[in-house]
Amino acid sequence: MCTTCGCGQGETRIEGEHPRHSHDHAHEHTHEHDHHHYGLGPAHAHAPGLTQARMVKIEQDILGANDRYAAVNRQRFRERGQFAINLVSSPGSGKTSLLVETIRRLGNTVPLAVIEGDQQTRFDADRIRATGAQALQINTGKGCHLDAHMVGHALEHLKLADDSLVLIENVGNLVCPAAFDLGEAHKVVILSVTEGEDKPLKYPDMFLAADLMLLNKVDLLPHLDFDVDRCIGYARRIKPGLKVIQISATKGEGLDAWMDWLQHGLQHAKTARQETVIGLKQRIAELEAQLKPV
Amino acid sequence: MHEMSLAEGVLKIVEDAARAQGLARVTEVRLEIGKLSAVEPEALRFCLGLVFKDSLAAQATIELIESPGRGVCLDCHAEVEVTALFDPCPRCGSTAVQVTGGREMRVKDLLAE
Repeated sequence: MCTTCGCGQGETRIEGEHPRHSHDHAHEHTHEHDHHHYGLGPAHAHAPGLTQARMVKIEQDILGANDRYAAVNRQRFRERGQFAINLVSSPGSGKTSLLVETIRRLGNTVPLAVIEGDQQTRFDADRIRATGAQALQINTGKGCHLDAHMVGHALEHLKLADDSLVLIENVGNLVCPAAFDLGEAHKVVILSVTEGEDKPLKYPDMFLAADLMLLNKVDLLPHLDFDVDRCIGYARRIKPGLKVIQISATKGEGLDAWMDWLQHGLQHAKTARQETVIGLKQRIAELEAQLKPV
Repeated sequence: MHEMSLAEGVLKIVEDAARAQGLARVTEVRLEIGKLSAVEPEALRFCLGLVFKDSLAAQATIELIESPGRGVCLDCHAEVEVTALFDPCPRCGSTAVQVTGGREMRVKDLLAE
């Protein structure tokens, strides 16, 4: 059982952790069925006076639990000046190739780590580690997306310096990861030109959730019947003003703009941390000054 | 199939409420699902049936209340109803409609004994 939050994780496996047995925290109720099954009928046939049926107001977000874990992750990133991005796309858009090239270009200038989400295998984490970078694989089993809880556990295993870049490669799936906040600064959606230009309309939720769209494999455009302007138009129809960078992860086109975007985010996260530290120091100084006369 | 995760989230909320309020049995669960949320209502209903099995909500009826999609046109500034994320503005035809509502996924209330 997890010592931090008491969870059992079902089929999820995080590299370096022993598989956990799913335990019973969600099911520890007893079945207190009595013999008065009055209100079972679909027509709400509650017999007045015989049952004590009552309405209980709940008004809670179904994703509330995930969002609370995400808020913890986000605060963790903020306090440490870490810039975390959540890379989402369909399988085969070139996410891992882009990460490998991004890491190669960054060299040793920025501390970074990669969290890899896939249903099975460690192939992607192995590809990242071959670059010398720190990587951790999360296998979601039959799960179709990463959630904030899994990422929180992954963060415990990574040795992340302040002001690091945290690259989270989500499960290749253009649907489900859209709904799950991981605590990242931005979702970045990657669409390759070998896919249909109408993907933004077919899978709109992901494009609405993203703050940046990378249009990958543009080096292949001469061989394809893919209308770039139409594709970008579709994406902005879902999310007006969506920023788009056209890239080729393998040939290098557009990657300078992508690296600039990352550097800007890193700088922003670092500045925010420094301002927090300065603010806290000022506060401590004020409190100490108040203590002195006593 | 993230509807399965959502269904498990619903069960967790229901069980927490049952524990806090000493409920023995839940007979109805009402959910508010926005028209523009990333949920397929029938898939969610199916998954709820699976995860509620063997729980205190095993016999509960599930009511899904759809809340409408809302948006603001960035060109003509009209507040409009949106039925799909790529809907153009019904007033001026612009495609620059920013979604402002209809993405809710909430447990509203329960009937319980």
